[in-house]
Amino acid sequence: MKILVCISNVPDTTTKITFSSDNSTFNTAGVQFVINPYDEWYALVRALELKETLGGNVTIVHVGAPDSEATIRKGLAIGADDAVRIDAEPNDAFAVAEQIAAYAKDKGFDLVMTGKETINYNGAMVGAMLAELLNMPFVSMATKLDIAGTTATVEHDIDGGTEVVECPLPLVLSANKGMAEARIPNMRGIMAARTKPLTVVPAAAADKLTSIANYELAKGRTECKFIDAAHPEQLIDLLHNEAKVI
Amino acid sequence: MSVLVYTEIAKGKIKKASLEAVNYASRIAEKMNTTVTAAIIGDADFSDLGKAGAKKVLKLKNDKLSDMNGQYLTAAIEQAATAENASVIIFSSDFTGKEIAPRLAARLKAGIVAGAVGDPEISGDSFKVKKNVFSGKATAMYAIHSTKKIISLLPNSFPVTLGEGTAEVTDFAVNLDNVNSPVKVKEVKKVTSELNLTDAELVVSAGRGMKGSENWAMVEELAKELGAATACSRPVADMHWRPHHEHVGQTGVAIRPNLYIAIGISGAIQHLAGVNGSKTIVVINSDKEAPFFKSADYGIVGDAFEIVPKLVAAVKNFKANHN
Repeated sequence: MKILVCISNVPDTTTKITFSSDNSTFNTAGVQFVINPYDEWYALVRALELKETLGGNVTIVHVGAPDSEATIRKGLAIGADDAVRIDAEPNDAFAVAEQIAAYAKDKGFDLVMTGKETINYNGAMVGAMLAELLNMPFVSMATKLDIAGTTATVEHDIDGGTEVVECPLPLVLSANKGMAEARIPNMRGIMAARTKPLTVVPAAAADKLTSIANYELAKGRTECKFIDAAHPEQLIDLLHNEAKVI
Repeated sequence: MSVLVYTEIAKGKIKKASLEAVNYASRIAEKMNTTVTAAIIGDADFSDLGKAGAKKVLKLKNDKLSDMNGQYLTAAIEQAATAENASVIIFSSDFTGKEIAPRLAARLKAGIVAGAVGDPEISGDSFKVKKNVFSGKATAMYAIHSTKKIISLLPNSFPVTLGEGTAEVTDFAVNLDNVNSPVKVKEVKKVTSELNLTDAELVVSAGRGMKGSENWAMVEELAKELGAATACSRPVADMHWRPHHEHVGQTGVAIRPNLYIAIGISGAIQHLAGVNGSKTIVVINSDKEAPFFKSADYGIVGDAFEIVPKLVAAVKNFKANHN
């Protein structure tokens, strides 16, 4: 089994988001970056579990600048065998997919995994794009993955329910909650990660089809209006007459 | 030139999210001086597609399309887009949209904005679309630079408006002779609840403060009286008090109903990430320091076991006076 896990470098969930004064860029100063939780908890950990039972190799691929190497090392500490950093700015989903596809196309991966989406740009796009560029089938939002021989059985979320599909490898899938439980790297893993191979690959030609013109912080809610617990019926009046939602 | 929108049928009717997408497409078509074509699989009463703004409905026909396989669907929509000379293609950002839209974007080299929350700003060659980023903490205005453009619209971003229009319905034969997907569907488990959580305009949600699954009857009763869907927080789903599909939050489903009532949920940042797009948020919690009150429009500090039954009675009373 050769498994490729795509990881993104994202601000920790609790980060207070701020932008430059002209709202054109996200301020990264002082921000704690982590592996995108869906990539780590679900895609990477399930990949490692599969490797532990079936044998094989788990490679991490990341598109980004040298400052994301700490994040990549964490993935190695959790247990990936080796890592590749493609030296390109990850600023458009299609360009990122093209970079990863250019690297992966002749490596013979049986399984390519991403998280269901990143928690910073929430696009949920790179997995499906990779599948198209690598001419592989794609299963989105997988909550369960088992492999027997060369066949994957995947349970995944669909509109209004869940579906179980079977697919011969190779396969691209995006991982959702349920695939695995988070793992905390132990001291041995952290020590080993220092010497595991991290290869830097130069950027391939890629098409940047979108760009961010500007950001805007979400409008906070106006002060919460408290209603006397003894008279919750007042809430119903407010929802009807003031908020006009019922 | 045209704007193509992929629409779907659920429970015999055009999905609400699809009508939102047709409305959205028709506003774009108006700015671009063109018309909207809806592509659909299956049969239903198509009149709402016309009323929502579509001029044409293409019924995508091929036996391979029956089990919603992503590779077949992508090829089918690509063929419809070519036939209609579509420069903009609209999806709903639901599970199908998330699987198909980026794949089609990669095939067409079309710039895509997934999860749009606003109408595009179009002027000359500039085409910009707003979407949520940082799990709802901010929005970003994306410029699409390619000639072909794909947008998936976040459900519940706009209300559905139906006018007087009608659409011409025609069959569209899809050729999938050269497309063979190895993915085989073994089993489909549909959720039986009446209301689809992501479509619901009103949602009643409860958390660990309910103390156990046996106490959910009052939550369900409040939801039923309001005509709301039920949801829950992550710990509740993890402890199997409620089914996994009801879990809203960063790792669960993201929703943006008109009204979200949170009972006994403290409001961790991961939970807020899934509900902060709700138009009105009501928080009921016994702990006045619960962080959720900072993100709420209305709050009640008190015991849910006393408050919720009173709310049920108040809703019944309200309905009696407003019918």
